[in-house]
Amino acid sequence: MILAIDSSLGSSVAVVDPATEDVCAQADSEGTRGHAEVIGTLLERALAEAGAVPADITHVAVGMGPGPFTGLRIGIAAARAFATGRGIPVVPVVSHDAAALERQTDGRFSVVTDARRRENAVSTYEGSDDGIPRRVSGPVLVPQPRAEDLTNTRDSEGSGEGVSTPARTQNLSAPDPAAGAPLGEVVHARSIAAGAIGILAARMLRAGRIPEIGEPLYLRAPDAKLPGPVKRVST
Amino acid sequence: MNRTDPLVLGIETSCDETGIGIVRGRTLLSNTIASSMDEHARYGGVVPEVAARAHLEALQPAIERAVAEAGVRLDDLDAVAVTSGPGLAGALMVGVGAAKALALALGKPLYAVNHLVGHIAADIVAPDTDPLEYPTIALLVSGGHTSLLHVRDLTSDVELLGETIDDAAGEAFDKVARILGLPYPGGPQIDRAAEGGDPAAIRFPRGLSRASDLERHRFDFSFSGLKTSVARWIEQREQASEVVPLADVAASFREAVVDVLVTKALDACETRGVPRLLLGGGVIANRRLREVALARAEERGVTVRIPPLSLCTDNGAMIAALAAQLIASGRDPSTLAFGADSTLPVTEIQVAEREAVTA
Ligand SMILES: [Zn+2]
Repeated sequence: MILAIDSSLGSSVAVVDPATEDVCAQADSEGTRGHAEVIGTLLERALAEAGAVPADITHVAVGMGPGPFTGLRIGIAAARAFATGRGIPVVPVVSHDAAALERQTDGRFSVVTDARRRENAVSTYEGSDDGIPRRVSGPVLVPQPRAEDLTNTRDSEGSGEGVSTPARTQNLSAPDPAAGAPLGEVVHARSIAAGAIGILAARMLRAGRIPEIGEPLYLRAPDAKLPGPVKRVST
Repeated sequence: MNRTDPLVLGIETSCDETGIGIVRGRTLLSNTIASSMDEHARYGGVVPEVAARAHLEALQPAIERAVAEAGVRLDDLDAVAVTSGPGLAGALMVGVGAAKALALALGKPLYAVNHLVGHIAADIVAPDTDPLEYPTIALLVSGGHTSLLHVRDLTSDVELLGETIDDAAGEAFDKVARILGLPYPGGPQIDRAAEGGDPAAIRFPRGLSRASDLERHRFDFSFSGLKTSVARWIEQREQASEVVPLADVAASFREAVVDVLVTKALDACETRGVPRLLLGGGVIANRRLREVALARAEERGVTVRIPPLSLCTDNGAMIAALAAQLIASGRDPSTLAFGADSTLPVTEIQVAEREAVTA
């Protein structure tokens, strides 16, 4: 069984059967804060609802972002620690790929998540390999479009099947590839389902292609100012 | 669970050291530390986001190293312990997330504990020492905190007597080092610069030490005025085109810090009628501080305890040691719902203890 964790937006933990790709259980917390508080309870709940014990887990799949730093790290820290505890491998997954998996279309589309500070994180997909959405660009940060640039905004229901995420789709009138603007249909993901992370990990394991993502996809350097010259204190 | 000599792994990520410690009761088995200090050097101080990123990368290898060094298996552990606060929120959260998942993976109880009280517990696992006697006054000095505590019982009764109202003492060393054109971290740099200097050459101010301060801030500290005073003194010399006697300035500044720390700590010993003083925190590495504390305490009949330096700086062994004491005193584990608390008061020695189930 695969234990899957993502804390790139909210917090989500799932137990996935790699043979059947069944999401045996998924526990979610929508809040974009408080990841450290909820992670233990979500892990406990997902395992209990799946009727699994830690010894049943063979791999830990984890969403590596993109996502706001502070929360994103909690899920990765938990995934690595759980794997260390059981002596099993971690399978890193790009969190946007999970949202793309749920889109289930061969046409070109972009997954967009709020990266705060008036920026979006954007990844563009077209087609798939081994059942894994083919990411043709991203994830990258782009400035959030102004409201008047958005046309045809409409709400769409998710599949409602436990692993659903996309809340809203829209078409951009004039996508600009040079500026890294989203291409094709735009899927705004408000949450990432750990179930989808787990399914992707199962497919990656089966296909024998585990991505090497050492560090989280922060996409931003730390906020840190190099000190300037020492200021005078005398008047 | 073995309650007499529990085998505990402690995780500490409150500042820039990723500490993993393993203890068996009062015995230290591993004190593994990965520091991100070098990454902060060019910024002249700890950058919270840089520290948090470094914790995430360091945790897994540090746990593996600690377990190997201790010669135990993770499955053998009786409990996992973690710092819940005080400290840098984003940094603390990395340890909290990891500790919860590790405890769940192993099916072991989790103890969320107070970092400052952990500094006191460090002394318990110091090799070849007699058990720490209570009550004791504790002076904890680092780049993140400057606190004076009255410890009546490690697991149940710790009182905050005072703390810094602005900069921590370690921060003052870093800031004054910058004024003197010396690199980060400032403590060892100022020590080196002070060699051969006259500590009495310049009378820099002792913060919150005037008679008028003592009523409200008797055991509190302030180092921000001292820093400004050093800067002003240097500017005046430079304006007058005089040579700045670096060794004298460094020695006099250090003396002002050491004097106020030791004076207030010994005042606490006397006021509280406690003839014991425990020192902890990274600034205890400062030799002049240790010398002055030992000499002046001896005059007053106060016994001073100083754990080895590797247990004074932030480390996971102290967190494991505190949890081991909590377990031995019969405390139940923490629930899984606690978070990181950057301002956790010292009275909260353990966070979110499970309520006892009454039959
Ligand atoms: Zn400390």
